[in-house]
Amino acid sequence: MSVLDSARDHWLARHAAWAPTRAGEPAWLTALRREALDAFAASGLPHTRLEEWRHTNVAPIARVPFELSARGASPVSREALEAVSFPVYACSFAAFVDGHYRAELSSPRALAGGVRVLALTELLAREPERLAAELGRLVDAKRHPFAALATAFLDDGAALLVPRGVELAQPVHVVFASSGTQPDRVQHPRVLVVAEPRSRVQVIVDHVDLHPARGFTNAVIEVYVGQGAAVDLVLVQREADSVYHVSNFAARVDHDAQLSLHTLSLGGALVRSDASLLLAEEGARCRVHGLFAGSGQQLLDQHTLIDHAMPHGESRQLTKGILTGSARGVFRGRVIVRPGAQRTDAEQSNPNLLLSETAEIDSKPQLEIHADDVKCRHGASIGRLDEGALFYLRARGLEERAAREMLTRGFASELLDALPVPALGTALASLLGARLWGAAPGDAP
Amino acid sequence: MTQLQPMLEIRDLHASAGGVAILRGIDLVVRPGEVHAMMGPNGSGKSTLSNVLAGRPSVEVTRGEVLFEGRDLLALSPEERAREGIFLAFQYPVEIPGVSNSYFLKAALNAQRKHRGEPELDAMDFLQLVREKMKLVEMDEKLLHRAINEGFSGGEKKRNEVLQMTILEPRLAILDETDSGLDIDALRVLAGGVNSLRSPARSMLVITHYQRLLDYIVPDCVHVLSEGRIVRSGGKELAQELERRGYGWLEAGPGATGA
Repeated sequence: MSVLDSARDHWLARHAAWAPTRAGEPAWLTALRREALDAFAASGLPHTRLEEWRHTNVAPIARVPFELSARGASPVSREALEAVSFPVYACSFAAFVDGHYRAELSSPRALAGGVRVLALTELLAREPERLAAELGRLVDAKRHPFAALATAFLDDGAALLVPRGVELAQPVHVVFASSGTQPDRVQHPRVLVVAEPRSRVQVIVDHVDLHPARGFTNAVIEVYVGQGAAVDLVLVQREADSVYHVSNFAARVDHDAQLSLHTLSLGGALVRSDASLLLAEEGARCRVHGLFAGSGQQLLDQHTLIDHAMPHGESRQLTKGILTGSARGVFRGRVIVRPGAQRTDAEQSNPNLLLSETAEIDSKPQLEIHADDVKCRHGASIGRLDEGALFYLRARGLEERAAREMLTRGFASELLDALPVPALGTALASLLGARLWGAAPGDAP
Repeated sequence: MTQLQPMLEIRDLHASAGGVAILRGIDLVVRPGEVHAMMGPNGSGKSTLSNVLAGRPSVEVTRGEVLFEGRDLLALSPEERAREGIFLAFQYPVEIPGVSNSYFLKAALNAQRKHRGEPELDAMDFLQLVREKMKLVEMDEKLLHRAINEGFSGGEKKRNEVLQMTILEPRLAILDETDSGLDIDALRVLAGGVNSLRSPARSMLVITHYQRLLDYIVPDCVHVLSEGRIVRSGGKELAQELERRGYGWLEAGPGATGA
């Protein structure tokens, strides 16, 4: 029996043991869970013969018999959590530890219109039918085995429901922290954002760990952007290099609505992220900013799909990769313009920077255009630090390392400067340096 | 002045770039406070000389030595040279996207201050200093917040070089064709910035193709470089003679006098 087959059996057995604890939940959720489990049972874990997975061998994940972590099992102090959290103040803050909501660590300040982050478990208990139409409806469990697994084990997560016309001036900050108190735990963090027509919200989702330990994070994020609404979403993945991280992001953007997605992938041993954005109605717009940076033996594999289904849509995608050591990166970005999606304006760009001889990147931008009156551009590049620029900085007295850091940050700054919360850009710039060169900063301020 | 230890002493310097020999035996002594002009036709080795002094990795020294205040300059990395007080105003300043000019300048200044055991400047003090120097070179303050040299005009790039020089206050400044591509007004302004730095403790090596710059930055000595050697040295009147007669008469005859 192959390692992938044994892993499937392991997960199915775990599910059979765990499912009875979910007794009493609404029928639609039981059905959703069952469908996802069936999809997973049918597909198993993906093998590298599948085109979508050819660069990413998930055997390292399959080999570990991951266990679910029990609710409230890990003692975590507010100070410990604050020490690793980004300095985003005046926000509604929701903390999850090992996948479970922790009220005592959260400050779910109500923002405009009484909006706050809700724990999925609480919301499901209070209003069992409230999320029936949205939860698990955007991510396609049949197409992605890990999404199927996550939905089969759907437990806790963050739900953010922004009513019609409500504009939130302050961001919503959701932290998923791994305690690291026990090794080989799996969590299935889940986020659901429903921005009703003409609402506005900024959301920061941060995956971080408190102590490094081998673990598996299998996240699902679903976002609905209603007519005329605007959502800014920042997804940060900065877990330890001993963590396997798979995430599935799916969004639907309606008429004249705008979604800005910022993904920052910095940590993890093996990271696979899929983001799929459906521009479902006329005039829908999206901006996709991605930055992935890896060192050591990290594998960072990002797939995006921007689907222009209707006319007058606009998409702007800029994803940059920075790799050093023996890290490997994959970017596969598909942009589809459906028949009839006339006057679509799509732009995609994937510049990459390699800082070592042994780092590797595989970039594959793909445009699939089925309409004739469209404006679409795409491009990808792979480069190294410019020797002339390096000499210029050193000739002014900067240490070689500081000069390399400065040029690398310069490469990333376009993305960091575009973050909706400036404090995040500053924090991430230092984190980027620490990830690529170790903790000691150069003599650049 | 002859009793002073030389600021810069170059002995029998040979250097090549891309496997091609470019400098073929340079001897030069520059004493504190002196301004030397290095002239010569295109391809004579002027820029290679400036790059050797600043430590550009792609230029290889094959023979000879360079002493900076009596110490082996060639043993130092580019950043060590800068911190010891050598400044090269680049002929082609590099555009660096994503790094703001002010961030870079502050990092460079503080790296050098730290090296000298001086306290680093905070944001306020730095801004005050840089504003004062920008006035001196008549540079638009907006350029401070733009990425280094990105989208700057030729003249703006050269102003930025001289601005950096006035902020870093080097002891040996090398100006590599800082006049190229400048109109007469810009030339006058930049020469003013350079002249403001002239002092008995500071030396300059001004590399230029044209005598024009030397009307504004008046040198103590003028050298003519041809095919990697100094073929003639003299006072400022040599530059005027070159302006009248061109370089042809020097390349034809031998007549190298050394420094």
